[in-house]
Amino acid sequence: MNPAFSVIVLTTLIGVGQGLFLALFSSQAFTIVKVLPNQPNSYYALGGVIALCFLAGGLVASFFHLGHPERAWRAASQWRTSWLSREVIALPAVMGLVFLYALVNGVGLDANLYGWGLPDQVALTVGALGVAATLTLFLCTGMIYGAIKFLQEWATPLTVVNYFLLGSASGFTFAAAYAAFAAPKMVAFYAGWAITLTVVAFFTRAAALFRNARIKRVATVQTAIGVRHAKVQQRSMGFMGGSYNTREYFHGRTVLFLKSVKWIFLVLVFAVPVALLWAGWAGGHPAALMAAFAVQYVGLLFERWFFFAQASHPQNLYYQVVG
Amino acid sequence: MTQLALVIDLNVCVGCHACVTSCKQWNTSGQAGPLFDDNPYAQDPTGTFFNRVQTFEVGEFPCTETIHFPKSCLHCEEAPCVPVCPTGASYKRAEDGIVLVDYDKCIGCKYCSWACPYGAREFDENQKVMKKCTLCVDRIYDMTIPAERRKPACVIACPTNARLFGDVHDPESEVSIAIREAGGYPLMPEWGTKPANHYLPRRKTKLRIHEDELVRADNPLRKEDIRHETGKDVTLDDWLM
Ligand code: SF4
Ligand code: SF4
Repeated sequence: MNPAFSVIVLTTLIGVGQGLFLALFSSQAFTIVKVLPNQPNSYYALGGVIALCFLAGGLVASFFHLGHPERAWRAASQWRTSWLSREVIALPAVMGLVFLYALVNGVGLDANLYGWGLPDQVALTVGALGVAATLTLFLCTGMIYGAIKFLQEWATPLTVVNYFLLGSASGFTFAAAYAAFAAPKMVAFYAGWAITLTVVAFFTRAAALFRNARIKRVATVQTAIGVRHAKVQQRSMGFMGGSYNTREYFHGRTVLFLKSVKWIFLVLVFAVPVALLWAGWAGGHPAALMAAFAVQYVGLLFERWFFFAQASHPQNLYYQVVG
Repeated sequence: MTQLALVIDLNVCVGCHACVTSCKQWNTSGQAGPLFDDNPYAQDPTGTFFNRVQTFEVGEFPCTETIHFPKSCLHCEEAPCVPVCPTGASYKRAEDGIVLVDYDKCIGCKYCSWACPYGAREFDENQKVMKKCTLCVDRIYDMTIPAERRKPACVIACPTNARLFGDVHDPESEVSIAIREAGGYPLMPEWGTKPANHYLPRRKTKLRIHEDELVRADNPLRKEDIRHETGKDVTLDDWLM
């Protein structure tokens, strides 16, 4: 496929937003059971606003992918059958709940809802709903790609797993950088989880790479035109100036370029951020944590580009030779 | 239930592109507005077409065969492009099985084109909506057109009659009989999309003749050898045989 920049930015930005929200919620949940030190509610409110900014950035990017953004509201209608439609519902739902979470923390709204006598019960209730919506959004985003069985590189549960883990890892990395300024005592929690998620994501992403390198193609040029012969070659695709079919489904780069992007993202998403997170956490360098996030995010842009470019669409069987 | 479809006979298609141009002509002149054309008379012309004719070579020189292969939307019975559409702009008509895009609802997200394994959908860069073969839905039901011309433009244009049009669910229709009797097959059946359009294979007319049929082993004349039993005189049989 030909990677669309708007979709690369969309999926990476909402991944950070979702991961950051999961980081904030989990740390707040741990503070009320006294595993982590208490933080002022404004800390979560500001964090929630930042997460909201990432999500909104993704939403804005998504509009650049549409031919008719003014009709985008229609995209919520087919949630019964379309994962894209489900994502269109889940993303605003996540944004709404993250906004509420930030608001509840911001105004300090609280009530002894469950009679536990613990603080932040309202915030955590809203947050729990937000977590459910966030996980649903990860599922929807992954399934948009995972559900197309013709795109064999994507049609695996690993697609959903990787969207979840990579998004969460980048969100926790950002949370570590945020905490370095706003709540230094929380850095260990975020950085520890960011490293864990990044390492686990490395294994699942590597598993996907391993699988995709060994895909057995279902469709062949023989089944594409229905002629059984060991040697079938295209001689003409029927036009010379290119078409939607030659632009949308080919990345147009060399194999070497593709390979180098793979190594770039493996270094930038996994190796460098883990080292920087470790340095920032152990050495107490906020700058290292910020760099960790910046490097990982840039790496994710490469990762997403590769994710799209690597997928080989069966329609390409019909567009091998100009003439 | 009706399922309209095309049956394309690869045995007679000569790759003349008449269906391509007639399709473009009809569909660029309709109510939906012109089909996208960029640089039509300059370098690298590109545009939206519903139908393409491609050429494949089977075998290795000198034992090769050229196959001209017209390709348009196959109006799949299990169309994978329809359920993925987030807006409902892509739909399959219950009454005749034609897969259509509602250009007023389409947001141009291109997701349906990813979900079509055949590359049958082409985006219109002017109108910013997804387009594809409509089986000339604005022609086949038009009562102002004489009945025998109420067929897709490509079918009428084809000079070799390689394109048949009809209801593949009616077992006695021309297309069903052609599929049944001439070995019609769908493209990429492995995806389970159940394409309604079918292709008829290249066919060689061959007659299998057994040696017995050339040399009669049981020639009654020879067995009885009537020529030599009839007498010593020259008879009419000797002259004839
Ligand atoms: S050929 Fe492609 S566009 Fe046409 S119905 Fe089948 S999947 Fe959909
Ligand atoms: S491009 Fe249009 S028809 Fe295709 S999935 Fe998107 S909204 Fe539906």
